[in-house]
Amino acid sequence: MSQAPGNGGEAITITVKVNGKTYTHTIPPRMLLVHYIREVLGLKGTHIGCDTSNCGACTVILNGKAVKSCTLFAFMADGGEILTIEGISEDGKLHPIQEAFWENHALQCGFCTPGFIMNLYEFLSKNKKPSEEEVRRAIEGNLCRCTGYVNIVRAAMAAAEKMG
Amino acid sequence: MPERRYLGKRIKRREDLRLLTGRGLFVDDLSLPGTVYAAFLRSSYAHARIKSIDTTRAEKISGVIGVFTGEYFKDKVQPLMTAWALTGADLKPIKWPVVVHDKARFIGDIVAVAVAEDPYTAYDALEAIEVEYEPLPVVTDMEEAVKPGAPVIHDEAPNNVAFTWRLTGGEDFDSIAAKADHVMRQRLVNHRLIPSAMETRGALAHYNASTGELTVWVTSQNPHVHRLIMSASLGIPEHKLRVIAPDVGGGFGSKIPVYPGELIVSRLAMDLGRPVKWMETRKENFMGTHHGRDHITDFEVAYTRKGEVLGLRVRTLANLGAYLSTAAPGVPTILYGTMLSGPYKIKSVDVEVKGVLTNTTPVDAYRGAGRPEATYLLERVMDLVARELGMDPADVRRVNLVEKAPYNAVTGLIYDSGRYREVFEEALKRAEYSKWREIQSKARKEGRLIGIGISSYIEMCGLAPSRIARATGFGLGLWESAVVRIHPSGKVTVYTGSHPHGQGEETTFAQIVAEELGVPIEDVEIVHGDTAQTPFGMGTYGSRTTPVGGGAIALAARRVKEKARRIAASLLEARVDDVEYSEGKFYVRGHPEKQVTIQEVALASYTADKLPEGEEPGLEATVFYDPENFTFPYGTHVCVVEIDKETFKPKILRYVAVDDIGVVVNPLIAEGQVHGGVIQGLAQALYEYAVFDEAGNLLTAGFNDYMIPTAIDTPNVESYFVETPSPHNPLGVKGVGETGTIASTAAVVNAVLDALSHLGIKHADMPLTPYKIWEILKEKGVKA
Ligand code: FES
Ligand code: FES
Repeated sequence: MSQAPGNGGEAITITVKVNGKTYTHTIPPRMLLVHYIREVLGLKGTHIGCDTSNCGACTVILNGKAVKSCTLFAFMADGGEILTIEGISEDGKLHPIQEAFWENHALQCGFCTPGFIMNLYEFLSKNKKPSEEEVRRAIEGNLCRCTGYVNIVRAAMAAAEKMG
Repeated sequence: MPERRYLGKRIKRREDLRLLTGRGLFVDDLSLPGTVYAAFLRSSYAHARIKSIDTTRAEKISGVIGVFTGEYFKDKVQPLMTAWALTGADLKPIKWPVVVHDKARFIGDIVAVAVAEDPYTAYDALEAIEVEYEPLPVVTDMEEAVKPGAPVIHDEAPNNVAFTWRLTGGEDFDSIAAKADHVMRQRLVNHRLIPSAMETRGALAHYNASTGELTVWVTSQNPHVHRLIMSASLGIPEHKLRVIAPDVGGGFGSKIPVYPGELIVSRLAMDLGRPVKWMETRKENFMGTHHGRDHITDFEVAYTRKGEVLGLRVRTLANLGAYLSTAAPGVPTILYGTMLSGPYKIKSVDVEVKGVLTNTTPVDAYRGAGRPEATYLLERVMDLVARELGMDPADVRRVNLVEKAPYNAVTGLIYDSGRYREVFEEALKRAEYSKWREIQSKARKEGRLIGIGISSYIEMCGLAPSRIARATGFGLGLWESAVVRIHPSGKVTVYTGSHPHGQGEETTFAQIVAEELGVPIEDVEIVHGDTAQTPFGMGTYGSRTTPVGGGAIALAARRVKEKARRIAASLLEARVDDVEYSEGKFYVRGHPEKQVTIQEVALASYTADKLPEGEEPGLEATVFYDPENFTFPYGTHVCVVEIDKETFKPKILRYVAVDDIGVVVNPLIAEGQVHGGVIQGLAQALYEYAVFDEAGNLLTAGFNDYMIPTAIDTPNVESYFVETPSPHNPLGVKGVGETGTIASTAAVVNAVLDALSHLGIKHADMPLTPYKIWEILKEKGVKA
């Protein structure tokens, strides 16, 4: 995909800050943000699980909000700031949400995991003491086929505690 | 027994670090220099002759490398055929061309392939391909398909029946029915599901023309099985074909089979001289990756007035879709019919299954594969008998449960070990069954609808004994392989033929090896998923990874330890029999000061100057382990629901699972398997339903129409284990990957129907959606 843009109209130049680093690229206008992140920037931790914006595997933080990066064109992020799963652990230390996922066995195949973590990243930064019900509602836009959500919910509660 | 350091401990998974930080490596994360992208044009009709295909317009698009049709592949890639020949069932030789050339038989059939420099352009090309179809009459309904005059899908099966399989065990059903107090008939639909692993399927193929080697990265649960079948279909010898399954994002059976996609990109990589990649879209996954379940069953049950179930006569139509997928014929037969005695002392089982071809997506193994269908039937039988006799459903099960193991079921299986009744009572106690019965009767007086459902199951797991697999016509043995290699430094690499993809065996296998060898767990690395590294292996499915794959590893570790003991004896100048081993050290009995560590022994095995007479250098062992029998996990699940009288939505108030999976290697991981399994089975009971219209279009071809439950649709699951070691493998483990799914569908359906039982409702087919419940209540004149 990075080799040739296809015939999607006039190329556009965008500048975005991703995980603290600024990038400028010229991209086809129809390129989805998730493809820009994965194929142009090579950040493969953001996944693609569907084509109907249902699964949330592609969730990243754009300008402080959790968004499904498959539902945006890359050019829509121009001038914006993006945080992906690769950018949340500092100095090789896991983020409390990652830690809580690890301790509570909240992932099996791990394909959905980055999306859940990024969604919770925004949610838990705004909701310090969520109830289990609130956590369940917050992750409603993310699908997991492996865990049955039981341990994801536990991990989210534990992370909230850790993040205090 | 010395205290265990690793086995049975809640150890955090080692695979998690890479997955939590975005450093997992899935097929879609890979590409090679010069990679080009394939996209597949799927048929516009579920059944149609292909009259012509015009690719000129597509080929002119800038960036398009080529468009390839069925004519191109016809002689280059052999069509797929099933690997489970199903002995004695008159199985028809159904062929699945990778790209169809004469006619399409379902909407997932691939009609043409576009290859371009980037995926966007490949999809542009698909839109510019012009296909002229001659639509043919379509049949999606199994009962229609077997009627005379139905559209014929394959000439090889003129009545659309791919096989007829029969099993009779124990007394003749008619004579047992004549003796029974009652005989009841019921029709049961176990509807079609779509596995929906969160990672779709895909492949990346690279061909080296100089060496003639083809390397294929593919989303597979069993890379060696993939290699074997792909080798035959592509005509590339196995030693020139390397299959790598990297991190795989869930499978649930859907990544067992070999599909057209991986064969197409493989062949194109050879012909184009560039790496070719293809990743399914989710819609393609819904249409083209196999589905699960889809039975229509009519059964008769003979029982006594005391609730003793004497015999079952079962007639099942199993929808196989348009082609026979890799393991398809074995799923609704061997994995279903033989399980129809369940954990009960049934004296007669007479089951006939017709495998039916229709213009729908092929059906193959989906988590549990045959065993959930059998459990669902039996658990509905238990509840129906209870209703007819006015008994408590728990009491009917008490009358029928097997007392002790080993137990010879009339279907020919020998259950290994278990305390079936104890586990049953424990589940009821933990779920506070009697208390909920009281709550239910009070609630009923207030007009509330509360129901309690029980499901007791037993499953045939650790899919193995090769002799049994072969006797049923399976194309391969079902053993597993392992290499345990201790390096000169004393660090250990384990190569396994299993291929965990979420089940956590990189951790549990390391626990097993560290325990067996007495080395620190950090010193053990588990390698899997690459045919160039691991010995031939059968892969991960059928809850076989720990019982069979883990069994092989334990045996290999023991063999290595024996060799190390012999070398240690030589180093210590003692007799082998006098050398003891504990926690990583060999020492002479009675002289603990005379000791060598396993690391020192490892080094000595490679310097090789002090080896005992006749001993080979090096410290490793290869084991191919073929167990004597299956393992038989079992358990009882209890579900409590309340139906909301305004929304008609069933809400799970409690879900308790008590499972005997033998020795539990890592409770943290085992519980996770139960949680996920239970929710998948519950999803069938309440939400998921694959629907084709009469023209064969899949109406539920995305997550917006096919309801995978989310966190707000699902309850917490309480998981408990009882450990009765299986005598059938070196570790005493039984397997846990499928238990939850096998048990939960019936537990939830029984609970919902129990909530309605006082209204005279005996049975309703799944999924029990609010709409269906509303219809039932309306029919019974119950006002909300
Ligand atoms: S890939 Fe974005 S929601 Fe599924
Ligand atoms: S862990 Fe596999 S989909 Fe969530």
